[in-house]
Amino acid sequence: MRLVLAEDNALLRAGLSTLLESHGFSILHAVDHAADLDAALADPAAEAAVLDVRMPPTFTDEGLRAAITARAARPGFPVMVLSQYVESLYARELLASGTGAVGYLLKDRVADVAEFAEGVRRVAAGGTVLDPEVVATVLARRREEPLDRLTAREREVLGLMAEGRSNAAIAQRLSVTEKAVSKHINAIFTKLDLPVDEDDHRRVRAVLAWLRV
Amino acid sequence: MTAVTLPLETTRAPGRLRLTSYAAWQLLLWIPTLVAVVFMVLGGTLAIAWLGIGLLLWVVPMMRWLAGRHRAMAAQTLGVPVPAEYRPVPEGTHLVGRVMVWALDPMTWRELAWALVSVTLGLLLSMIAVLLFVCVVTGALWWFGIEPIMRARARLDCLFLSYGRTERLEQRVADLTQSRAHVVDHSAAELRRLERDLHDGAQARLVALSMSLGMADEAFDTDPERARRLVSEARSTTTAALGDLRSVVRGIHPPVLADRGLTGGVEALALDLPLPVEVEARLEGRPPAPVESALYFGIAECLANVGKHAGAEHAWVRIRHRDGVLRAIVGDDGRGGADPATGSGMLGVMRRLAAFDGTMSVSSPAGGPTIITLEVPCDLSSPKTTPSSEPD
Repeated sequence: MRLVLAEDNALLRAGLSTLLESHGFSILHAVDHAADLDAALADPAAEAAVLDVRMPPTFTDEGLRAAITARAARPGFPVMVLSQYVESLYARELLASGTGAVGYLLKDRVADVAEFAEGVRRVAAGGTVLDPEVVATVLARRREEPLDRLTAREREVLGLMAEGRSNAAIAQRLSVTEKAVSKHINAIFTKLDLPVDEDDHRRVRAVLAWLRV
Repeated sequence: MTAVTLPLETTRAPGRLRLTSYAAWQLLLWIPTLVAVVFMVLGGTLAIAWLGIGLLLWVVPMMRWLAGRHRAMAAQTLGVPVPAEYRPVPEGTHLVGRVMVWALDPMTWRELAWALVSVTLGLLLSMIAVLLFVCVVTGALWWFGIEPIMRARARLDCLFLSYGRTERLEQRVADLTQSRAHVVDHSAAELRRLERDLHDGAQARLVALSMSLGMADEAFDTDPERARRLVSEARSTTTAALGDLRSVVRGIHPPVLADRGLTGGVEALALDLPLPVEVEARLEGRPPAPVESALYFGIAECLANVGKHAGAEHAWVRIRHRDGVLRAIVGDDGRGGADPATGSGMLGVMRRLAAFDGTMSVSSPAGGPTIITLEVPCDLSSPKTTPSSEPD
């Protein structure tokens, strides 16, 4: 899979390139400036992007804006956004930029190499991967309906879904059977009034409902 | 600190007839002013025997009204505002306390002095102005003389009825000295807190990290399994250290505030709160960075209090910039009864704002709602683009 990689820190850029290449991705463009990023994202050969939020020239949220612009130009273009810190506000904006195929992770998570590569793969396949810190913040809020209808366990499952985990991974994390997990997920879909369609889209929509996008 | 009431809005300079009418008014007000002087002196003397208190309660407001009329006329004549700067009387002050506040207010004494001059020299000036007009033969003198005479009278009134440059500057220096002392204290305390946070957090974890790695280094040959465990321990310590650093950075200058300015920063705050918060911000540009930061932390403190104490269902934040004042209003529908004097956080906000001549006012009756207004005078810089206004 051909990726666009944007990271202004040379050390991290080289590290990410090596890491992604060793997991079967190929780096199409590796850029260190927002001005080059737009051109790189416009390349039709690019299949997905891994972006840093803060980049030159202003070191604010160039990466995030580029991601949103790219997804407006190419709906469903998979983008994994990395940052030194995560904000629910930014997560919400990313999720609102189209259905699925977005990731938003702390840079720290790169340390878990295999899981990070898996996250990029899941995003490229149209999934949603949110950082556990965003998930924890959202879980800590006192939410009003319709999420109030969910049981504590179902909310936990929804949180893990938002982190981009598969049913098997959720089952393992909660030490329950996969069947129990899919039962919970079906309950969530019903309680959130999500119509039956392809499973992955419903997962994404459940996450969106949860973030109140 | 002082209540400022501006007189009638100053428009263009009044004409000769208008000035003459002022003089006539001043003549009419001569008798009440004289009465006020006499009763004020009498009341002040009798105040020792309680009897004068009642008199003062009646005569001081009368004197203020008379002074107010003259201030308004002087303001019109000179074309400059002549503010009435009285010390505020705290709400719920009993009658004797009110008289005490009046007695300690330098403006009360200024007004007494003014009244003495007004009934003598002032009277003379106004009377000349009116006489020049009434005696038709002096019409030419009136035509040329009315303006200088009335300006002289207005200057005389201003001299007593508003604080001079020196007094203003003295007051300003006193205010600034106080707020500077608070700022110095505040920043020293902040630095101590940062030092402690770094020392107890990231620094301690880095020490642990280097220890784990050192031990792993030794164990590689003898006990590879233990070495692996130590390395994985080191990795989780790194994650924790990064987490600590992030929280320290948020405390210094939240990244989202740097990225998105006050509006985005407050929206992000609102999102992370356990209750729905409606944010409505209309800013044409960005305030200076230190003001932005002070206001952000002020709003953050207010919202944190709403989350902790108010028991509210809803909260709202409104941010506006109007007439050179940046104003943020934080409200909630909680139980009210918030007292800024008891919370150290609120005092911190007040001091932080005071460094920029800003103020905080709290309205929180028991039973709610609580409305906190933060105000800082400042200009906005030219608008910065936000993602929504960015062209594709």
